[in-house]
Amino acid sequence: MGLTEQAPETAHPAPTPVPAAHHRPALLAAVLLGGVVGTLVRTLLESALPPGAGAWPWTTFLINVFGSAMLGGLLESLARRGPDRGLRRLIRLGGGTGVIGGFTTYSTFAVEADQLALAGRPILAIGYAVGSIAAGLAAAGLAICAARRMVPHPTPSPGEGR
Amino acid sequence: MLLALTALAGGFGAATRFWLDGAIARHNPLPIPLGTVVINVSGALLLGLLTGLALDVPVLGPWKHVLGTGFLGGYTTFSTASVEGIRLASARGPRATILAVADAGGMLAMALVAAALGLWLGRMLAQAGAGG
Repeated sequence: MGLTEQAPETAHPAPTPVPAAHHRPALLAAVLLGGVVGTLVRTLLESALPPGAGAWPWTTFLINVFGSAMLGGLLESLARRGPDRGLRRLIRLGGGTGVIGGFTTYSTFAVEADQLALAGRPILAIGYAVGSIAAGLAAAGLAICAARRMVPHPTPSPGEGR
Repeated sequence: MLLALTALAGGFGAATRFWLDGAIARHNPLPIPLGTVVINVSGALLLGLLTGLALDVPVLGPWKHVLGTGFLGGYTTFSTASVEGIRLASARGPRATILAVADAGGMLAMALVAAALGLWLGRMLAQAGAGG
């Protein structure tokens, strides 16, 4: 029960110090490249479909909800295929943390919600704020369930953490 | 050109998020993934500040694009927040729901306050600069 994905870090210290993932240049580069792609797509969508003043920011809303589903589905599919290393980790970091993480945005979302409130639309602001969070959670949850049905679990290997 | 710079800045924002999240996760004593909270709240504050400044200082427009839409947009992330929230909620026991609500609700409340503070501070600074 609980959060098994955090367990390996604290299990026992590694005898040979392997640099943490976030200190490895190749993995940082994968996240950076993915972030360029995700930001590019988001910027193109936001400039093609800019939100009207005082209106529900549909572009950011759909980016964030769609991205939540994509990330939930991707992470669950990768976790079901096997342990987080090699190509699977590269896809998780480049595609998940980089592309999808850079595609979705929390800062724009928060500023848009505040600006709706400042524009005299407090109900719309609250609806956008809470509605985005709820829709994002639901989308991620549904995608995780879908991935569980679609991706068969790998043959159980004794000794693996998950 | 502006689009290329914005996308590149988003890449650096995403790499900064990856690095900071990893650094915070190593020292996080809480049962909530704190890295995403710190990243999204600080990003909301900075985007508020930049947006507030740019409202009164139009010269900052392109910078708002590169640093705001690009760097801060890539730095903060909605998808990871959603996945972390649903993972907290889907753990067993009565604590799961409380943790998920504290994570998602706490992050939302803090990000909204931070963005409002940034907007207010940005406008104050811009007006002080214009008047003084």
